[in-house]
Amino acid sequence: MPKKKLTYSLNYRRPKSEYSPDDELTICIRYYHKCNQTKKTKIIKKSTGVRCMLKDWNSDWHKNSDRSPVKSSDPFHKKKNNILKKKVKDFDIQHLYSNVENESSSNYLKSNLPKGSIDLKWTNHKNTINLVSPANKRNIDIIVVGTGLAGGSACATLAELGYNVKAFCFQDSPRRAHSIAAQGGINAAKNYQGDGDSVYRLFYDTVKGGDYRSREENVYRLAEVSANIIDQCVAQGVPFARDYGGLLDNRSFGGVLVSRTFYAKGQTGQQLLLGAYSAMNRQIARGKIKMYNRHEMLDVVIVDGKARGIITRNLINGELERHSAHAVVLATGGYGNVFYLSTNAMGSNVTAAWKAHRRGAFFANPCFTQIHPTCIPVSGDHQSKLTLMSESLRNDGRIWVPKKLEDVNAIRNGSKKPTEISEEDRDYFLERRYPAFGNLVPRDVASRAAKERCDAGFGVNKTGEAVYLDFASSILRYGKEQARIKGEDENNNELIKKFGKEIIRKKYGNLFQMYEKIVDQNPYETPMMIYPAVHYTMGGIWVDYNLMTTIPGLYAIGEANFSDHGANRLGASALMQGLADGYFVLPYTIGDYLSDEISTGPIANDTKEFMLAEKEARDKLDMLVNNKGTKSVDYFHKRLGKIMWNKCGMARNKKDLQSAIAEISKLRKEFWSEVKVPGSQFEFNEELAKAGRVADFLELGELFAKDALNREESCGGHFREEYQTKEGEATRKKEFQFVSAWEYVGEPKNAILHKEKLDYKNIEVKERSYK
Amino acid sequence: MSNNVLVLIFVLQLNIMKNFLLSSIGKKVAMALSAIFLMIFLLQHFLINITSVFSEDIFNMLSHFMGTNFLVQFILQPILIAGVIFHFVMGFVLEIQNRRATKYEYQKTRGGANSTWMSRNMIWSGLVILSFLILHFIDFWIPEMEYKYIDFMPDDPNRYHHELVEKFQDPLKVFFYCFSFILLSLHLLHGFSSSLKSMGTNKAYTSSVKTLGYIYSIGLPAGFCFIAIFHYLTH
Amino acid sequence: MKLTLKIWRQKNSESKGQMVSYEIDNISPDMSFLEMLDVLNARLILEDDDPISFDHDCREGICGSCSLFINGQAHGPDRRITTCQLHMRKFKDGDTIYVEPFRAKAFPVIKDLVIDRSAFDRIQHSGGYISVNTSGNTQDANSIPINKEDADNAFDAATCIGCGACVATCKNSSAMLFVGAKISQYSLLPQGKTEASRRVLNMVNQMDLEGFGNCSNTGACEVECPKGISLDNIARMNRELLKASLKK
Repeated sequence: MPKKKLTYSLNYRRPKSEYSPDDELTICIRYYHKCNQTKKTKIIKKSTGVRCMLKDWNSDWHKNSDRSPVKSSDPFHKKKNNILKKKVKDFDIQHLYSNVENESSSNYLKSNLPKGSIDLKWTNHKNTINLVSPANKRNIDIIVVGTGLAGGSACATLAELGYNVKAFCFQDSPRRAHSIAAQGGINAAKNYQGDGDSVYRLFYDTVKGGDYRSREENVYRLAEVSANIIDQCVAQGVPFARDYGGLLDNRSFGGVLVSRTFYAKGQTGQQLLLGAYSAMNRQIARGKIKMYNRHEMLDVVIVDGKARGIITRNLINGELERHSAHAVVLATGGYGNVFYLSTNAMGSNVTAAWKAHRRGAFFANPCFTQIHPTCIPVSGDHQSKLTLMSESLRNDGRIWVPKKLEDVNAIRNGSKKPTEISEEDRDYFLERRYPAFGNLVPRDVASRAAKERCDAGFGVNKTGEAVYLDFASSILRYGKEQARIKGEDENNNELIKKFGKEIIRKKYGNLFQMYEKIVDQNPYETPMMIYPAVHYTMGGIWVDYNLMTTIPGLYAIGEANFSDHGANRLGASALMQGLADGYFVLPYTIGDYLSDEISTGPIANDTKEFMLAEKEARDKLDMLVNNKGTKSVDYFHKRLGKIMWNKCGMARNKKDLQSAIAEISKLRKEFWSEVKVPGSQFEFNEELAKAGRVADFLELGELFAKDALNREESCGGHFREEYQTKEGEATRKKEFQFVSAWEYVGEPKNAILHKEKLDYKNIEVKERSYK
Repeated sequence: MSNNVLVLIFVLQLNIMKNFLLSSIGKKVAMALSAIFLMIFLLQHFLINITSVFSEDIFNMLSHFMGTNFLVQFILQPILIAGVIFHFVMGFVLEIQNRRATKYEYQKTRGGANSTWMSRNMIWSGLVILSFLILHFIDFWIPEMEYKYIDFMPDDPNRYHHELVEKFQDPLKVFFYCFSFILLSLHLLHGFSSSLKSMGTNKAYTSSVKTLGYIYSIGLPAGFCFIAIFHYLTH
Repeated sequence: MKLTLKIWRQKNSESKGQMVSYEIDNISPDMSFLEMLDVLNARLILEDDDPISFDHDCREGICGSCSLFINGQAHGPDRRITTCQLHMRKFKDGDTIYVEPFRAKAFPVIKDLVIDRSAFDRIQHSGGYISVNTSGNTQDANSIPINKEDADNAFDAATCIGCGACVATCKNSSAMLFVGAKISQYSLLPQGKTEASRRVLNMVNQMDLEGFGNCSNTGACEVECPKGISLDNIARMNRELLKASLKK
């Protein structure tokens, strides 16, 4: 926190002239806060409890070298000054600020929600926002950072509309963005199966699944445009799964009551991304998109309060470049890699979003992280990333650990095999705890239950961090069914197993093969081992209904923003949100802002703001390269990951979160003094790129912990041990029904909280129960 | 008027065909077409030669017909020679282009892990076949041409079988002949299906076509070898 | 495990590279190949040496970034996987492992094992799309039923991850499996048929301009392809090009 913003003052209650020199007054600390969005300055005062006589007050305290406000004429001046200095040092703006925010949140966070009933809001909004004429679109440049589902689709659509788009990705091709790794599917309220699905039902499921922490209007719009996504993708040649009649097939997903998930085997994300990529290619060929591969965004440039460009580093030759535009769109994904081990790609990072945050974009709900229950467990310290096994496996797999600790030990030292443990010695803990939903409880619930068992010492691999996902009973069930259909002997065990395995192979063959390649065990014969892993971050940059951040002209879409998933995301909704934002929302809402820019003309990229931003980025890189430390970047990233996982992971508590904040802050200092980055700036230098990303994770982690500490409730992916029922279920609190939007003021731990209250007018806020 | 349009269309067609033939796939298709043509010729050649084993008369009759028929001699024969030359020249052109596309050599390769020896060494089997063909020309074709068109020797419808048998009396020659046909077999083992694939048919993968391919590429060269060895041993 | 690694080192695209030998010890068979390289890099960094650069991102076999030619085979000795899915248990203690970048004239080396595959992008720019605007007002997704077999074949072709193993493994550095897969995907779907001729002519033309070699049907690409893309797709491309050339 910039201490220079703090001043001492006396707490006059009447006009100054009414006081005599012998009157005693309380000394206050004043804080001047300038809001980035409103540009208004607020003065916040806090009493220190220290009093002094008017005659002993040194009004020129700031001119003295020791900055002591109490003159030496006061007999206790030393003690008083020391107290005051300590108070300044410990000054907690947050504490004061939360009071201010509660009274007037709308001043800071303008959500721009349209009027009218919820089903007409989006239509009304589209009808009333400003548009840019085709002739003027030709003169407007837009920068899009990130080319995943959200970024790729936004680039394509903006270019089709006629804007000049500059697209950036750090990968060697836009097709490699991590959206490609999504497996399961994409939701859409098409109701092709005639099972009663509707826009409202999709909206309802998403809000409820998000544990009532998402913005109602955004979610409804998402559900509304979801059907268009499928039409669009099919027209683009995305080969969705079809039935024998030639029509699109659906599967059910994530515990909802209808089948609305469209899929392309286990590679839906890949197919959708390639669809968006192909739409981009068409515009690249037309010259409407200029593509910059292997470029990493290092900063956003603000000119006169508006986002006007970015600073990038060419990862091949290390050159810094200044790119200007009329608006900047961030589609840079989530920050799950703050945990070091996650299912995110190695390169996934928070740098672009964090740099925007540092420049004034509020960061919302950073602590909302989804931990996916079915991932392949960590095999050792060398592990670099975790692999997800699709949620669909829980349809047929049963999750268990042994009931007895001696069995656990026998398994760990290899003297017993899991198949040798009898049924009555197995604890099917999900079925035991949640008889109604069993193994199909939502992701957050399943993850926590697995952690609970492992923490109690029942983990089944060497590190004690794995539970079994067993297909044996499904194999038998399917086998018997098949034997009956084929008219074979239902008691022939070998035959039944063979039939059963065939069915399982048809459903999950590619996943089983993937498991076998990684773990070297045959999951048809022995139960799979799984453990939860960080998978998706619901939190992100705060955006209004137009998807604009608190910086005018800066937009955030896809996983990079916070708006649609609340505290927990449902399966197959991430792809839906990315494409909805990119294809159907942002390209129209951005016009509302750009309609004021039609006469701006080209933006110069050699102004002092650009030069300054470039210099800052350059200095930081210089620091990293010239810092002759002794420890590699990964060393710090791994340590950060450990802190995050142990203290901000699946279950959090006040003590741990407080210590996490302190530890991360310390680790960050150590990073800047001890990190070693080999090579130079002006070459292909992966370590340098990594170092910059880890530096930002080290700041984000702190804000993450602070947000988790501040949110004194349990909801969705955020579970605070202090707020749970006797049975260990989450306790949500009405008073936390808001979005935490954090404003950067220096140290992340001093970030200022702004609250956006969430009102649910079209849905009843209910308890989530899966018992 | 309509004539002009027709000419225009023709010129356009030619132009398009030129572009097609200049494209990588066009060259492939041309290569495949010439290969298929040569395979048909080879089959025909074999069917005639095999008669020498069981009937001197039929062989002489067929040879005489082929050697004297105007259509065969002055139309099909030049086409055949053009086809052979085209196939070889194109083979070299493609080889040079492909080598240029690879440019850098790996320090370690394991081609055998993913493809057959035949498919990777078509240029070498082809070169052996080329040297055989040169010999074959010197041996059969040039004397034949001399006999007919330079020396204007009398037309003897019964000389062919006798000449054939004579050629296969030198064991070295028989050995080289057989060696070349083994390489031809290898060349065909890849070439047969490859040409079908290049022509764009997925039928190349059906088991009946595969079997046909094996029969042709092993049976035919084996048959030629059999003829040579037969005549070497029986005369 | 103790291993000897022979790795291609090249400072940048201009410099001449060479194989460099590294000894590495304490490798767990459960490590992935790239994690083994991470371990080596961690050591090199602390020894003030330049760590080895290699492309990688998702590390679960789908992004197509990783691209090593290991012991004479693209993506190493195992089948139907990418390098990031290759595990050290496929090697024996004391093995010598050759690690080289994917090689082709059209894939210049950027540094060490990192190559530039933008030629693939340019081929896609030339026609790898269906010309439809993202208005959201296209016809309903179910208005054109698609034969399941065609849909499945289109999907199989569309699973290509663009890693370039086909080019790397081809003795002619031919990109026809990659291009054939894309052309097949679209030519099998009714949505793609409208501009099929234009697409195949343009994409093949661009492929030739990029300097890829010609296909001689060795089938190595199909074997080494981590996604098992079938050689059928090349035949289909040939057919499409023939058709397009005759039609024009």
